[in-house]
Amino acid sequence: MTLQQSLAIGAPEIVLAAGALVLLMIGVFRGNDSLTGLSWGAAILFGLTALTVVDDSPGRLLAWNDLYVADSLSAFLKILILVGAAASVLMALPYMARVKVHRFEYPVLIVLATLGMFVMVSANNLLALYVGLELMSLAAYVLAAFNRDEEHSTEAGLKYFVLGALSSGVMLYGISLIYGFVGSTEFTAIGAGLSAGANPHVAGSVGARNLGALFGLVFVMAGLAFKVSAVPFHMWTPDVYEGAPTPVAAFFASAPKVAAMGLFLRVALDAFSGMVGDWRQIVIFMSIASMFLGAVGAIGQTNIKRLLAYSSINNIGFVLIGLAAANAAGASAVLLYLAIYLVMTLGAFLCVLALTDADGQPVETLADMAGLARSRPWLSVALSIFMLSLAGLPPLFGFMAKLAVFNAAVDSGLWLLAVLGVLASVVAAYYYLRIVKILFFDEPAGVVVTGDGAIVNQGMMVAAAVFCSPVGYLALGPLNEATRLAASSLF
Amino acid sequence: MIFEGYLLSVVTFLPAAAALVIALLNADAKGNARWIALWTTVATFLLSLLIWVHFDAKSAGFQLVEDFAWLGPIRYKMGVDGISMLFVILTTFLMPLCILASWEAIEDRVKEYMIAFLLLETLMIGVFCALDMVLFYLFFEGGLIPMFIIIGVWGGKRRVYASFKFFLYTLLGSVLMLLAMMAIYWQTGTTDIPRLIETAKLPADLQWWLWLAFFASFAVKMPMWPVHTWLPDAHVEAPTAGSMILAGVLLKMGGYGFIRFSLPMFPDASVQLMWIVFGLSMVAVVYTSLIALVQADMKKLIAYSSVAHMAFVTGGLFAFNTQGVEGAMVVMLSHGVVSAALFFCVGVIYDRLHTRDIDRYGGVTTNMPRYAVFFLLFTMASVALPGTSGFVGEFLALTGIWKANTWVAFVMASGVILGAAYMLWLFARVMYGAQKNADAAAMPDLNAREWAILVPLAVVALWMGVYPKPFLEPLKAPVESLMARTGRAAPPQTPFTPIVANGPVQLASAAVGETK
Repeated sequence: MTLQQSLAIGAPEIVLAAGALVLLMIGVFRGNDSLTGLSWGAAILFGLTALTVVDDSPGRLLAWNDLYVADSLSAFLKILILVGAAASVLMALPYMARVKVHRFEYPVLIVLATLGMFVMVSANNLLALYVGLELMSLAAYVLAAFNRDEEHSTEAGLKYFVLGALSSGVMLYGISLIYGFVGSTEFTAIGAGLSAGANPHVAGSVGARNLGALFGLVFVMAGLAFKVSAVPFHMWTPDVYEGAPTPVAAFFASAPKVAAMGLFLRVALDAFSGMVGDWRQIVIFMSIASMFLGAVGAIGQTNIKRLLAYSSINNIGFVLIGLAAANAAGASAVLLYLAIYLVMTLGAFLCVLALTDADGQPVETLADMAGLARSRPWLSVALSIFMLSLAGLPPLFGFMAKLAVFNAAVDSGLWLLAVLGVLASVVAAYYYLRIVKILFFDEPAGVVVTGDGAIVNQGMMVAAAVFCSPVGYLALGPLNEATRLAASSLF
Repeated sequence: MIFEGYLLSVVTFLPAAAALVIALLNADAKGNARWIALWTTVATFLLSLLIWVHFDAKSAGFQLVEDFAWLGPIRYKMGVDGISMLFVILTTFLMPLCILASWEAIEDRVKEYMIAFLLLETLMIGVFCALDMVLFYLFFEGGLIPMFIIIGVWGGKRRVYASFKFFLYTLLGSVLMLLAMMAIYWQTGTTDIPRLIETAKLPADLQWWLWLAFFASFAVKMPMWPVHTWLPDAHVEAPTAGSMILAGVLLKMGGYGFIRFSLPMFPDASVQLMWIVFGLSMVAVVYTSLIALVQADMKKLIAYSSVAHMAFVTGGLFAFNTQGVEGAMVVMLSHGVVSAALFFCVGVIYDRLHTRDIDRYGGVTTNMPRYAVFFLLFTMASVALPGTSGFVGEFLALTGIWKANTWVAFVMASGVILGAAYMLWLFARVMYGAQKNADAAAMPDLNAREWAILVPLAVVALWMGVYPKPFLEPLKAPVESLMARTGRAAPPQTPFTPIVANGPVQLASAAVGETK
């Protein structure tokens, strides 16, 4: 593998890294007034990067001494990440102006976090994985504390940092165990090393050498579970979402979840495909716990951002069902779910961003949103579509995401998990319906007066709402094709 | 005809298109929203009559089929047989009446109201036309959302409680059905309903589980005792038109589901588990009828009577004979018309006095004689007086149940007597007696709009009672093919008839247009 080839295969990351530096330089010299320009610059950069991603020739290409892999899975995830990142950058502009956190670092940090996520989803080695994860996380810690004059935001940043650093340490420890017991950090080599140690006569047996690797796997999974905010590593999520500026929370809920979940797929199904029986029980537990805790925890929330945090915990539980299925149908269900989830959650945050009181301050309490349908019917319809779609109610598009994961679970015989999953979805439906009730049934609270008329935000909101409505089914054919192709690179 | 071959899709999605038009109207264009909704629903009804015209009653298969590739194994497949065709027409027939019933009662957020109703109509028609399991599920579950909003926004005092209860109960039942559908898909490799009905041979133990999962959904929707408790709440809180459509069409989806899925796809399990259905139906008939007797709220009384009537449907369906299934179908159609009419009758006086308390009324016959005639007619239809639609259905259903199990029929027949008791008592308390309250005595009689709603309902209720043949005819072929499918599993039909042999039963069947 020559350097030129590696450079060519790693083009998306190189474009992003160079772009981030250019944006940073412009920002340093032009100051905070350049925020708008930089944001659009970042969006254009994401567009250009998308072109280099799509350009990937099919098949599995390794680069940089096999640290890096470019395949249809990484391409699919990268496109999703770019969508999430671009939306997060653009949707922030009116917010930044209103709340007076007009700082040019925002788009730069998002680009850097995106670069980290790119490395994550293209990692073919535990160390590359770790480097990408840390790059993303460091940018994310700063983003969480972005509104640094505000107590909640700094608290969120600190909390995220402390817990994130802990999870990184746990993960690194797991990586060291795996390296020690298997002798490699490269995914393919780990897979080969694991199957070498197993007793071929006993199905799913774990050889003596693998027991150490199993410990390592558990630690690595704990680190990944922290990033996707799966129970029991979810505690940071509600606080961070609530404290962080809303566009940042939108970013956290969208792109990093996609990246971490994609990474989870690759680690579990590529490196540890020989130990499905072992990690599956952990994933099943996390899935059930996330679904129910996310559903029950959201019921009592009074802040829409905290509610959306629990909603993301709940939805990750459903995504994990697809992972637990551990087959091609499950992997493509995970990817389909992530794609739809990304749009739903971005749309929901766009609606939250559009809620402002007379002073232009953000409205986040549910009580203040009462009766919104009378003053702003279209916004209420859009938010209801996102909520009902997140709940997975037909005929909205979110239903197809749930259908796919349950289908995969039934296919691989995980009956109990599927039954518990649908029961959890009924519990979750309650709090999503509660939002609809607050918007439509309640008498107006009279708090939300204006909304910002930012045409870009409105455009994105409409696009997301149309995607989540039954019209989205039109996109299902190509989406299914893409996820099947992406999943095929794991099997 | 320009849309030849797409008739069902046009009928299904026309209301949704009109909803889109209304959504784009000016916010205070109340009149326009009402008129667009009315004309659309009338047009949909007329178009749906074309389905009947094009329908070949001799054929048991699905007709007017539209079949397009959609998502891999899931196909966009629509089609009707005699059973679903009648339900489609019932839906489109009731919708314009519901819109008219809301004409003056709904003054607040008219535009949104009409949108919700039109979307609901699309989803309801879709349920009866869908020939793919996933498509069916989309329509079946989708209908919850507009109904949730109708109850929650335009409902009474406890509307929020009622709407959540309605939604979550129904959803809980349905999600289990969804899993069962997936299991069927993995077992057979198809989601195509006609293919599953004709060819699927599912293993007996799997059938058992699948039957229970589908039962969870349809029993809640039906609703069967003891999962009926959402219904009285939903009915009491819903606006008049919401109650009409809930009783008229939404409850029928449970029965339709039994006919379309449970009986033909899991015949063995249906036979093994028929005692559950019989048991619950017997309890429902007696128990809910007794509960209906003590209700002080008119809507609640009719709601409980709906549960009792639906028990005749479930009993008839699981009798595994032609009379039972046909009777169940006619009970559903008749109840669809009659209960909608009764809920509207309650709505008429509710609009005038704003109370549904039976005690507040009395002697209404004096000041509203024309109204009393209609109320009496629908009361009689509800208690299954011969000559009304209720009689044909309940008689056939009881005949079928009798053939399957005499004791069950004995218990169920008590429901007819109890039904007469609570309905006649309701009529007596509201219509006869002294005029206790001045405001109740001052209520004006029916206006033109109310005439326009009650007359079609009365005509259909009498037509089905006097000459049910047009309604029974399209049922014949599909019911026969259903019986052929369940026949191999069906229990022996040995009626316990020591004194009267089969003779009188057959005679009676012939009397209502049923030739054995």
